[in-house]
Amino acid sequence: MSLLRVDGLNVSFDTPDGQVTAVKNLSFAIKPKETLGIVGESGSGKSQTAFALMGLLARNGRSSGSAKFNGLELIGMPEAELNKVRAEQVAMIFQDPMTSLNPYLKISQQLNEVLMHHKGLDKKSATAHSIRMLDAVKMPEAAKRMNMYPHEFSGGMRQRVMIAMALLCDPKLLIADEPTTALDVTVQAQIMTLLDELKQDFDTAIILITHDLGVVAGVCDNVMVMYAGQTMEYGTTEEIFYQPSHPYTGGLLESVPRLDTDSPVLATIPGNPPNLMQLPVGCPFQDRCGQALAECFTSMPDLVSFSNTRQRACHATIASVGAQ
Amino acid sequence: MNKVTHTKEKILTVRDLRVQFDIREEGAWPWQKPQALKAVDGIDLDIYEGETLGVVGESGCGKSTLARALIGMLPARTGSVVWMGKDLTKMGKKELRSKRQELQMIFQDPLASLNPRMNIGDIIAEPLTTFHPKLSSLEVKTQVQAMMKRVGLLPNLINRYPHEFSGGQCQRIGIARALILKPKLVICDEPVSALDVSIQAQVINLLKELQQEMGLALVFIAHDLSVVRHISDRVLVMYLGKAVELADAKALYTNPKHPYTKALMSAVPIPDPKIERNKKIQLLHGDLPSPINPPSGCVFRTRCPEVQAQCADKCPTLEPVNGDHHEVSCLLV
Amino acid sequence: MLFKHKKVAQELAQQLSSSVGTIEGRSLWQDAKRRFLRNKAAVASLFIIGLIVLFSIFGSQFAQYSYEEIDWFALSDPVELGRPSIETGHYFGTDKLGRDLYARTVQGSQISLMVGILSSVVAIVIGTLYGAISGFIGGRVDMVMMRIVEILSALPFMFMVIMLMVMFGRQIILIFIAIGAVSWLDMARIVRGQTLSIKNKEYIEAAHACGVSQWRIVVRHIVPNVMGIVLVYASLMIPGMIMFESFISFLGLGVQEPQTSWGALISEGVVTMEFALWQLAFPLSFLVVTLFCFNFVGDGLRDALDPKEH
Repeated sequence: MSLLRVDGLNVSFDTPDGQVTAVKNLSFAIKPKETLGIVGESGSGKSQTAFALMGLLARNGRSSGSAKFNGLELIGMPEAELNKVRAEQVAMIFQDPMTSLNPYLKISQQLNEVLMHHKGLDKKSATAHSIRMLDAVKMPEAAKRMNMYPHEFSGGMRQRVMIAMALLCDPKLLIADEPTTALDVTVQAQIMTLLDELKQDFDTAIILITHDLGVVAGVCDNVMVMYAGQTMEYGTTEEIFYQPSHPYTGGLLESVPRLDTDSPVLATIPGNPPNLMQLPVGCPFQDRCGQALAECFTSMPDLVSFSNTRQRACHATIASVGAQ
Repeated sequence: MNKVTHTKEKILTVRDLRVQFDIREEGAWPWQKPQALKAVDGIDLDIYEGETLGVVGESGCGKSTLARALIGMLPARTGSVVWMGKDLTKMGKKELRSKRQELQMIFQDPLASLNPRMNIGDIIAEPLTTFHPKLSSLEVKTQVQAMMKRVGLLPNLINRYPHEFSGGQCQRIGIARALILKPKLVICDEPVSALDVSIQAQVINLLKELQQEMGLALVFIAHDLSVVRHISDRVLVMYLGKAVELADAKALYTNPKHPYTKALMSAVPIPDPKIERNKKIQLLHGDLPSPINPPSGCVFRTRCPEVQAQCADKCPTLEPVNGDHHEVSCLLV
Repeated sequence: MLFKHKKVAQELAQQLSSSVGTIEGRSLWQDAKRRFLRNKAAVASLFIIGLIVLFSIFGSQFAQYSYEEIDWFALSDPVELGRPSIETGHYFGTDKLGRDLYARTVQGSQISLMVGILSSVVAIVIGTLYGAISGFIGGRVDMVMMRIVEILSALPFMFMVIMLMVMFGRQIILIFIAIGAVSWLDMARIVRGQTLSIKNKEYIEAAHACGVSQWRIVVRHIVPNVMGIVLVYASLMIPGMIMFESFISFLGLGVQEPQTSWGALISEGVVTMEFALWQLAFPLSFLVVTLFCFNFVGDGLRDALDPKEH
């Protein structure tokens, strides 16, 4: 029984230069307590997927398709109902902790606001609950720090506040959009370890959106690889990393420099990231793919399951990808 | 991988470099002395011809400030930076400007480092026309297009504007601009941090190729340790303005000695599920201390897992360990 | 065989593309022009301003009287015979002294537009350079330069201009100088602010790293990136100038007779408003329409050049 089932999600934006499709026909599911990693580079549509689910698209964005959370249809839900789902059922933490917190309000006000609005708590109980939450995210001297302003915290601390805020109402699903990209690597390690522990304590499912394959390798159960708004491949973390079945995934894994190996020349994926205004007919990865066949230029491959846990959207055979 | 042979010529010698910023506290009276932010606090360094020195550290360690001080773009409070026999810190403005032909820089944000109102032909040509104003426009154009080809850009795009290019292409333009005068030392300030992973690899390979071709020395600054490993011959690790460890790349990565380096290495995520999940990460507790008021003695002692009493009294300096080529700044090593 | 040809063909194609077809780039100015042209109100306003400028230049060709000639016949009965009519040749009627209002309006347009545009040009040039230099050099020099600006701003501008007029007589040149001399202050402040924010951008640092001289950085890198805001402010400054000149003339201190400007005409028209409305209506509508149009153009420029769009 899936917690969230997305089916044929499309997200597009109306710009003066034409319509840009950020996400095309996206389908995936996530079970309770599962951690799903959505991996992609710029233009892959991963962040827009999250915004569409939370109803946070920009004014010129349109989403269509279906996203059922515990049976509730999120796409097109009116704002009033969506507000009940946000924070209580589905919470989100954003990339830049500097700008996600209101610089003019103390964090006590920002944390209490969530509790008072969603759970109807009075100020005293809200404050007590918030302090408990800050303790849970391992913030030292939580009670004292409640009265501080965001700019008095370091980047890592601010991200802990964001996580605390997200978990206040015990949501079933936490969407983390590049939560550690703006942080130093030692702080990133602290935050990812924290998330790993919290997901056990709070039984939340997590959708982790990132471009960092190392981070995904550490915490995710399943991984979905996106390119130009479409799914290229889906599978368990081990399968994706050790037996990639898509040329893009294989290329990515080879071109990431690793701390523990020493290769004289890095393998690269030739070409440039996709131009979403001028996507070619067929597979969007065609002009950068080493395994491109004739049909890749004419028809977009469907997302097909080829095992219990895996899906891929590619015309080339799995064997040819493995031979890289 | 290139081995460092110290028989190569030393081109840049840095001794006791200190860069300080005066911070005026909010609400301070005009006559109150400003506080000193010690961004770079006593760095000794030698850079050899044709080598790549990687400089790593987290935010606030002073690596970007160090980079700019090395080529004279920021004034040094004390210390010396000797380039080809002459001290950059003591040079007049005009002489310093003439050294720009030999000391160049590549910046972090590819698009922001290009003037949006100039086409890329003019951008790449600017160093050329500044130092060789007598060149004919045809000669300039030929050189610019040759440089564009070398960095992997189609020469016929010479009249395009920066916003019409992708991030990776913008960085190539930046590289072309930095290399058109055939400098001897290029500072790369986080040149690939803002790029997609698949493009990072392209730009890194390009830099390595050009370095081999042109015999450049590179100072490669990054916070991504994996990237630094792939491009550097030697690596310097910095923390709060101080040099913490300096070694050949292979030695540093296989056998880090300083507690900070060890913690840093263990924190870097590796794209390999089995390794990553079974990894024991050395978490550093606490926050980075303020560079205005650094801790006494060893600046890392407030977060060091191996701290001892003596660390608060004496400030360690880089001392060789394991013979030459591996220096660590720690009282316990 | 095929392969060899293919390689040759590729090389040929590369050579051709590099020598013949350099693809033209799409500069930010062109983008802004496109956005501006999409704004119908701004384009229409620009067109109307163009018409008024043409009117001021060529309007006198169609006048049947000069602007100072007194029509004694019309004077005999100014209310009846001074009305606007095609037959008498007084398209806009006559003023209270029997002079052709059409010709005088043409003349007034010349003066008003000239004052407005020329003083703006003076203000732009002086203000931009002053502000850019002050912002770029920074430190003490900036402090001193800005204090000078502030002291000058504190002087009672209106009184000074009026005193100048009274002391040196009412010459056109003086009006230009007086208005231009004060309006550069605001422009300097704005340009300085913009320069301060541009100064810290990476491409300025890159220019330093390339060894470009300070002066060239100001001229080549800072000024072009400041021009956007300068243009917007200038287009909003012109109506202010025109308004100011009209105000001085309204007070009776502007251009000297028989020359006139919109303000002077309006001043005269107000007096005879009750029975000869045309004497007020024509110059007033010209002034109002021009001010409106410049404001629309200014708004359009601001939307077109908005840095958020980039």
